[in-house]
Amino acid sequence: MTALLEVVGVSKRFGGVHAVRDLSLSVHGGEILGLIGPNGAGKSTVFNLINGVYPPNRGRITFKGEDITGKPPYRIARCGLARAHQIVQPLAGMTVLENCTVGACFGRENLPLARAQDVVREAAEIVGLADRLDHPAGQLTTAGKKRLELARALSARPELLLLDEVLAGLNPTEIERMIRVIRRIRGRGIAILMIEHVMRAIMSLSDRIVVLNLGGKLAEGTPRSVVNNPEVIAVYLGAPEPTGQSADVAR
Amino acid sequence: MTGVIASLIDGVLVGAVYGLAAMGLTLIWGVMNVINLTHGAMIVLGMFALYFLASALGLPPYGAVPVSIVIGFVVGVVVYWIAVHRVIGRTHLMALLSTFAMNMVLIGLGTALFSTSPYNVPVALPGITWREYTFTGTHVVAAALALLIAGLLYLLLHRTRIGKAIRAVADNREAAELNGIPTTQVLSFAFGLGVALAAVSGTLIATLFPFNVLSGGAYEVKSFVVTVLGGMGNPAGALMGGVALGLIEGAATPFMPVSWTPVIEFVLFVAVLIMFPRGVFAFTRS
Amino acid sequence: MTAQELSPSLCPSETEAAAQQPAEHRRAPLWRRPFTWLIVLVGLAFALLPAWGDNVQLRESLSLAAVYITLASSLNIMLGYSGYVNFGNIVFFGLGGYICVYLVSEWLWPLVAAALVAGVAVSLLALIFGLGILRLRGAFFALATIGVNEAVKAFVSNFEPWGGATGIYLSLDVYQPLGGPAQALWIVHFLIVAVMTASLFLSYVIKSSKFGLGLLAIGENEDAAAVLGVHTPRYKAFAYSASAFLPAIVGGLFFFKSGIIEPGGAFDLTGSIETIVMVMLGGLGTVTGAALGASFYEELRGVLLTTEALSHFQLVIAGVLLLAIVLFAPGGLMGFIYRRWPRMRRLLE
Repeated sequence: MTALLEVVGVSKRFGGVHAVRDLSLSVHGGEILGLIGPNGAGKSTVFNLINGVYPPNRGRITFKGEDITGKPPYRIARCGLARAHQIVQPLAGMTVLENCTVGACFGRENLPLARAQDVVREAAEIVGLADRLDHPAGQLTTAGKKRLELARALSARPELLLLDEVLAGLNPTEIERMIRVIRRIRGRGIAILMIEHVMRAIMSLSDRIVVLNLGGKLAEGTPRSVVNNPEVIAVYLGAPEPTGQSADVAR
Repeated sequence: MTGVIASLIDGVLVGAVYGLAAMGLTLIWGVMNVINLTHGAMIVLGMFALYFLASALGLPPYGAVPVSIVIGFVVGVVVYWIAVHRVIGRTHLMALLSTFAMNMVLIGLGTALFSTSPYNVPVALPGITWREYTFTGTHVVAAALALLIAGLLYLLLHRTRIGKAIRAVADNREAAELNGIPTTQVLSFAFGLGVALAAVSGTLIATLFPFNVLSGGAYEVKSFVVTVLGGMGNPAGALMGGVALGLIEGAATPFMPVSWTPVIEFVLFVAVLIMFPRGVFAFTRS
Repeated sequence: MTAQELSPSLCPSETEAAAQQPAEHRRAPLWRRPFTWLIVLVGLAFALLPAWGDNVQLRESLSLAAVYITLASSLNIMLGYSGYVNFGNIVFFGLGGYICVYLVSEWLWPLVAAALVAGVAVSLLALIFGLGILRLRGAFFALATIGVNEAVKAFVSNFEPWGGATGIYLSLDVYQPLGGPAQALWIVHFLIVAVMTASLFLSYVIKSSKFGLGLLAIGENEDAAAVLGVHTPRYKAFAYSASAFLPAIVGGLFFFKSGIIEPGGAFDLTGSIETIVMVMLGGLGTVTGAALGASFYEELRGVLLTTEALSHFQLVIAGVLLLAIVLFAPGGLMGFIYRRWPRMRRLLE
């Protein structure tokens, strides 16, 4: 079965620094792939390479069989790939509704304005922003803005969603909420590639996990196998706690 | 052939002054991400400073140079507090419009006070002859002073505490603030410095050519061309870019009427921006 | 959190279920909205009020205002929506003027045809040019536009078929097809008002469209807009081209009316700057703002130019005004109105 997203032998250098080194991974339709690793491992760089912020120096990226290596972000969005950023980027002067409408109109389905309404409402309901559609995006709380990132990405009706540390900065209740939302999203058949540091979230959500270190792949496998991998423990996780649950990694 | 070579060398000399002007622009951009659209007006400020200091007050022309630096610095700090301070965090659009509006006010005042009549400060210096080439004395002195001031700027940025503070703020303002650096003061100092450079380059240019209130515009365009050649935020690159521009002008003037210069420089500006977004001389990091 | 369970049938590939949503998020079609009729009303007023009393002075004043409004509302498309400053916007006005005047005087074309061709030609040039220079971000683009204006001015000054540095003088004959000079001025007035109405309408239509949404997104955060799928270079180029069309036409009409066009007056950077001040004064990104700002500034300018003491300070006062707006009231007049009467947000775009 061909994967939805194939990243093959991708490398990226900034000046003298090798941010990503000969990395290969794939995401299959309907699965949640977790991407973890210490800071500076290159995770955000991988996301930037996938959604076209800058091209890789080497390697190839294909999405639904089509080569998207080095294509500009707007073309990639049109293919059905959406992203929720780590550092939220709301279109601050516009309302939540308008933000999501942009996502809906310029995303995979390229909808005309008139038909965007329904898609937007639906996306807003999934993340829990349906009661705040008329709020200016700039005035939302941090948690609200994170949800907006998600709602906006969902409005584009993507087939693959890149989630970049969407749980960062949220309190435990909000984290629980988000986990449920992410499950709902997967329930609709949307594949997810997520970067996360909140270990219990990533462990419970992911079908598979890829561990990155210094730009290269350190390990790959089921959550269970990864969490027990001695190299991963040494580099990133630390020894598991007596209760058997790994500690949340502080940033 | 002699004429062309002389023209080229002359271009290099004048180019050093262009580079100095551009350094002011690129410094401000590098430190606070603001494009100083009052740059042209500040160059004119320096030109008129020479006129008043030399002709009206009888100061020897090159004596006006340090005075010009001081005046430029003071004016720069004042402009910072009026027009720039409040727009630093806001969108680029607002910062652009703000300095642009300030420029309008300054040029408008200048035109009202001095009209658009040409002014000239004749500086008599013997030419310097080497083999069959004669170089205008003023050009050589201007270039020498430009290099000297550029050198002083380097020392300031790299050997003094304030220079270190400026570089820290340029690198990461938040981190600098957290380290106890009074970033707002540093920004106003840097802006003053950038304007001082523009003003003193105006003074030097005034020793070479006649000028009027509206002359700033042409030199502002030159500064922008140089800055994109050298890379925004890169003073060393600005100097090299200035020399490069001077060379290009030197190569072109024997063959082309002067009225086409703005067109050529504009085309160059856009072409360089599109082809070398980080500057042709981006490899020189200061 | 809403405990709603969502229908499992809502997969990306399936069509969405229609929900019962409140009516306020559905907008009425354009011709039914009150604002559209407001624009039409303003246009009619500009055209008919001076005609009623054969009031030539009022006509001239309204003609000029209409020209400013056209320039401001067209500039708003780029400046107000996508946030890109076009410092050299006057180049569309001047170039359109030259093309139209040239066609009328040298090739004896009828006015309307010449003006239309001028509009199409200039916006086509703007499109081609825009695709090139709109790769430049924010500030660099702004600077490049000044250069465009200067370059075109330098070119036209040296271009003999267009009269070089002296320009083109229209002989009185060109007014004959319109029934003589006196009648021609009335006809041109109506044409200018028609163009003004079109410019307000165009600005409004764009703002309500998907294209406008994309531009507004670019204005908020260009990188985020690109990631969301907005084709930023193309959108910016189209906005640039759209903002050139009506200024070019109105330039043609204006210079036809004046009887003379020369490089200094056609490509006067001060005019460019004043248009920016008008847009900022009225309220960036609003259609009404462009009209209000233009009208207000025209009044101000009239007062300044006729007061002996202040006429030299035109640029200074415009500069201080712009500075004050940017520093203290970036939303302009409409910003103030929206804050004071929030209902107006829906009514007056």
